[in-house]
Amino acid sequence: MIAVEKITKTYGSSVVVDGVSITLPKGGVTSIIGPNGAGKSTLLSMVGRFLSADSGTITVGGLDVTKTPSDELAKRLAVLRQDNHLAVRLTVRDLVSFGRYPHSKGRYTVEDERHVNEAIAMLGLSGLADRFLDELSGGQRQRAFVAMVICQDTEYVLLDEPLNNLDIKHAVEIMRLVQQAARRLNKTMVVVLHDINMASTFSDVIVAMKNGQIVASGSPAEIIQPDLLSQIYETEIKVVPVGSRLVAIY
Amino acid sequence: MLPEVRRKRVRAIVALLSVLTVIAMVAFMTLGAKGSWSFILSFRGAKLAALVLVAFSIAVSTVLFQTIMENRIVTPSIMGFDALYVLLQTVLVFAIGAGRLSAMDPFLLFLIEAGMLMLFSNLLYRWILAGAARSPHLLMLVGIVFGILFRSLSSFLQRILDPSEFLILQDRMFASFNAVDTSLLGIAGVVVAIVTVIILRMLPVFDVVALGRNHATALGVDHNRTIMFTLALISVLIAVSTALVGPVTFFGLLVANLAYLILPTSRHAVVLPVATLIAVVTLVGGQVILERVFAFDTALSIIIEFVGGLVFILLVVRGAAR
Repeated sequence: MIAVEKITKTYGSSVVVDGVSITLPKGGVTSIIGPNGAGKSTLLSMVGRFLSADSGTITVGGLDVTKTPSDELAKRLAVLRQDNHLAVRLTVRDLVSFGRYPHSKGRYTVEDERHVNEAIAMLGLSGLADRFLDELSGGQRQRAFVAMVICQDTEYVLLDEPLNNLDIKHAVEIMRLVQQAARRLNKTMVVVLHDINMASTFSDVIVAMKNGQIVASGSPAEIIQPDLLSQIYETEIKVVPVGSRLVAIY
Repeated sequence: MLPEVRRKRVRAIVALLSVLTVIAMVAFMTLGAKGSWSFILSFRGAKLAALVLVAFSIAVSTVLFQTIMENRIVTPSIMGFDALYVLLQTVLVFAIGAGRLSAMDPFLLFLIEAGMLMLFSNLLYRWILAGAARSPHLLMLVGIVFGILFRSLSSFLQRILDPSEFLILQDRMFASFNAVDTSLLGIAGVVVAIVTVIILRMLPVFDVVALGRNHATALGVDHNRTIMFTLALISVLIAVSTALVGPVTFFGLLVANLAYLILPTSRHAVVLPVATLIAVVTLVGGQVILERVFAFDTALSIIIEFVGGLVFILLVVRGAAR
């Protein structure tokens, strides 16, 4: 369970996250949606202890993120942020191996090696494992970073816009993987998404944010509603049921 | 590149550099020796030890600095670290006089100077780096401006200094690869040994820090604390190398980038020793060639700075400063 209580973050005079309180259930996929500048990434950064909140508390699996030692938290919580530029030259395998650092502190065991190989295979990177990251396409690189996070093997995983740079095939694959990790391995996946239809299709819970506040949260059926979405995105959005899903058209 | 291929290549590079290092050292100790061997060996041995310590300090401090800055073209000296060291020396001579300074325990003096450097690097980090301004260009600009400020302050103080005091100061500061200050060898050796032990224990942490603040934090490394601590280590190393041979601007840049260029891996367990070996080969080998083969006397630092400066320009043009 991730419990966010009255979290506020301001930059100068602008309030980015405004007294947000929300409890995300353990297990399952939670998507956070909302327009640019809604405070989604900022909220995620505070849960991932990259940013400190001005006020309020956040606990992940009962651990207060500001008080728990960072290396302890890294065994429970993995986070992938948006900007993944690296100054060093690494192969895919090098990068994915870093996911084991919280557990092994640099002394890699056979067990770690197994995790690395599994994560690489899971993201379909086996053929690219020994290539340098700067030799890969944006989408392949993005998948390598997701593999690193998967390799960290934590109960809680936060992904900030993991579908950036990905084509439809790979975007769907990543979302399936997120769903599988939640279903099969009972992990708690929290994903910031821009694509409402991805959120509608793959989430158990959707949280909608706007202007630093949570506008609504609930099942996809509750959130993917024309009036609600039109109001959030300030754009006329229609919702059409296709099979068992709801598809937003804009 | 396959892991086995990489491992083989790393081994080949380390082996080749080790052989070159041994050759350079043996040549340095024996070439052109005339007269009593016991004198030559102890005289040249002290000089060799100093050169090796300097090579280690410059190579390691540069690589670590570039790791924590996530940038492969800044170096501690470009950021004004050794200009500050010179300023500290000048202020000390100015304030308490060269005579009393010479009478002071060199160990105590070294500790004071290293401590001041640490304080400065700490402040520099707090003011510039911890803020929102993480742009490498701004960082370098600030560093260069600091460097100019420190140098101008030093030369101002030197101008109003008593001429005989200035001579002593000049002697302390403008040591070169030729005229190494061997009186500090013992302290420098001990300090370098301690720093080495600490660095060996931190090697995997440096690898993680090189991924940048976000990834390091996500992997549970306290990024701020690690950077502060590493800056302190770097300050000590700069103090060692500047105390022994005076300020060198581009040498670190040269050896660090050569190491990145030839190595197929970024692991610090490999990069740090290889950069150090390259530095030793360049310094000791260069000294031998210049002293014995060409019979020049003072030119090594000039040549190294010239080549290093060219590499710097090349890196800027190629856009490594991203």
